[in-house]
Amino acid sequence: MTAPTSATRTLVSPLALAKRRGKIGYWCVFTGVVLLFALAFLFPVYWMVTGAMKSPDELVRTPPTLVPDSWQLSGYTDAWDLMQLPTHLWNTVVQASGAWLLQIIFCTAAAYALSKLRPAFGKVILGGILATLMVPAQALVVPKYLTVADLPILHTSLLNDPLAIWLPAVANAFNLYLLKRFFDQIPRDVLEAAEIDGAGRLRTLWSIVLPMSRPVLGVVSIFALVNVWQDFLWPLMVFSDTSKQPISVALVQLTQNISLTVVIASMVIASIPMVAMFLVFQRHIIAGISAGSTKG
Amino acid sequence: MKTASLHESAHSGHPGAAPPAAGRHGGTAPNPGPADRRRPLRRRIADQSRAYAFLLGGLLCFALFSWYPAVRAVVIAFQKYTPGSDPEWVGTANFTRVFQDPEFGAAWRNTLTFTLLALLIGFAVPFVMALVLNELRHARAFFRVVVYLPVMIPPVVSALLWKWFYDPGAGLANEALRFVHLPTSNWSNGADTALVSLVIVATWANMGGTVLIYLAALQGIPGELYEAAELDGANIWQRVRHVTVPQTRFIILMLMLLQIIATMQVFTEPFVITGGGPENSTVTVLYLIYKYAFLYNDFGGACALSVMLLLLLSAFSAVYLRFTRTKEDAA
Repeated sequence: MTAPTSATRTLVSPLALAKRRGKIGYWCVFTGVVLLFALAFLFPVYWMVTGAMKSPDELVRTPPTLVPDSWQLSGYTDAWDLMQLPTHLWNTVVQASGAWLLQIIFCTAAAYALSKLRPAFGKVILGGILATLMVPAQALVVPKYLTVADLPILHTSLLNDPLAIWLPAVANAFNLYLLKRFFDQIPRDVLEAAEIDGAGRLRTLWSIVLPMSRPVLGVVSIFALVNVWQDFLWPLMVFSDTSKQPISVALVQLTQNISLTVVIASMVIASIPMVAMFLVFQRHIIAGISAGSTKG
Repeated sequence: MKTASLHESAHSGHPGAAPPAAGRHGGTAPNPGPADRRRPLRRRIADQSRAYAFLLGGLLCFALFSWYPAVRAVVIAFQKYTPGSDPEWVGTANFTRVFQDPEFGAAWRNTLTFTLLALLIGFAVPFVMALVLNELRHARAFFRVVVYLPVMIPPVVSALLWKWFYDPGAGLANEALRFVHLPTSNWSNGADTALVSLVIVATWANMGGTVLIYLAALQGIPGELYEAAELDGANIWQRVRHVTVPQTRFIILMLMLLQIIATMQVFTEPFVITGGGPENSTVTVLYLIYKYAFLYNDFGGACALSVMLLLLLSAFSAVYLRFTRTKEDAA
C-alpha cells in the first residue's frame, strides 16, 4: 500500500507527466504541497515544542522569535513538578490500560460466543449491540453519568474511580463487531478439530482463535488506547477529584493561574505518548484506517 | 461468510422451537446444524450456559452503560430529577423550560452552523488534499504520517494550542496576518468570527482521517476510466467531475454523514477555547447539555435536550447504516 504504485493510472496521465512541462509542473506542485504540509501540520507542533523553551518574556514578544534566544528546559521541568504531571500521566495510563484489558477480555469472549457458540437469542443480542452504533455516545453522557453515580441494584458510585472509565469502555459495539466479523471468517472445521482433540471452549479461544486474530486484536488495542487517551467530556464529568483526573482534564482545569510556558510544556508532554505510539506503529495504523474504510 | 453465520445463529436462536420447526427449516437453511438439534436436552443446556458465560461480561456492560442510559434519558426527560431523592413526573415541563431558554435557540443555531461550515471547509479541504496527494509519486508515506499527526495530538491539546494562536496579544494567527500586511482579526474572541475559528481548529485536528480514507478510495478507481475519458477529450476538471466523483460517490456520502454525526456532538473546542462565548456565539447543544447537568443541576432539562439531539443524530446514523448495509449486501 505504501509502495509507489507507478503502474496504476491516476487523474493525470503518465505521458503528460513525462513531458518537460509536465515534469516542471509536477515538481512545482510537489514543492508546494511539502511547504503547505510543513506549515500547516509540522510548524504548529514546532511552535509548541520551542515555545515551551522560551523565557516568559520572549514568549509574549511581538513580533515573535522563530528560534528561542536561549534554549531553556525549565518550562518542562516546572511543568513536571508544578502541574503534578506524573500523577496525571499515571492516572491516564491506568485508565487506558485497564480499559484496554477489559475490552480485550470481554469483547473477545462475547464476540467469540456470538460468532461460534450459537447462544439462544444470539441474533437479538447482536442486534441490540449494533443498535448502539446508531446512538451517538456523547448524546447519552448525562444518563450514563447518573448510572455510574448510582449503579442500579448495587447502589454504589463509581465516580472518581477508574472503573468508571473501564466498564463503559467494554460497551464498544464497534470493536466487538470488528472482532465478531473476524471470528466469522475462521472456519468451523478448525475449531471442531480442536474440540475432537479434547480442547474446551476456553482453550480453543485461547490457543487457536486468538493467535489467528492477531491483526484484528492489534487494531482493537490501538482504538481502545487512543479512545481513552483522547477522551475529554466523559472523564471531565466522572473525575471531580483533581488527584484522580487524567491528563486531558487536568490540563484544562489546572492551567488557570499558571504561566504560559509551563502550560505549553505540559501540552507537549501530554501529547508525547500518543504521538510516539503513532510514529512507532504508523504503518499499521495508517493501513488499518485505509483498509477499514473500504470494508465499511 | 458473514450472512451465512448470521443465518446459523438465527436458527440456533430458538432452542425452545419444537422439532417440526427444525424439520421445516432443515431443508432450506444452508447450515442448520443438524447435530445441534439431535443433541440431548442436557447437553444443549450445558452448551447454552457455556455460551452465556462467555457473553456475560460484555452483555452486562452493554446493558448498564448503553441500553439502560438510553431508556433512562427518555424517562428522566419527563421527570424532575435530583440525585438522592425520588424523581417526580412533570410531563413535558422540562421540554417547555428548555424551549424558553434563550440559549436553546443559540445552541441549535450554533451547532447547525458549525456542522454546515465544517462540511464546507472541513470537507472540501481534505477532499482536494487527497486528490492532490494521490497524484504525487514521491514521499507518499511522509505525507500520510504528517497529515495524520494532528489526529494523534489529544483534542484538548489542539484546542489549547489554537487558543494560544488566537490570542489577541502574542497570538501567532494575528502575527501571520500582520506579516502579509492583512488586517488582524478577533478570531475566537469576536462574536462573528468565533464559530469559524473553532471550525478551523476542528478541521485541522480531524482532517487526517478523512484524507486517508478518501485516499484509499481514490486508489480503487480503475485507471482505464481516466484513460477512456482522456481519449474522449475530457480535461482534468471534467475527469474529476465525471470519473473521480461518481466513482467515489459512496465513500463521499459516508464520510459526509460520519462527519455530520461527529460535528453535531462538538464540545471540547468551545469548552476549552471560548467557554461558549462571546455572547453565546459558540454554545453548542452538547455544551448546553453539560451546563444543564453540571451548572444548573437540572438533569431533567439535560435529558430533554439529550433526547432531542439523540433523535436527530439517530436519524443520520440510520441513514448511514442503511447505506453501508446495502453496499455490503450488494458486494
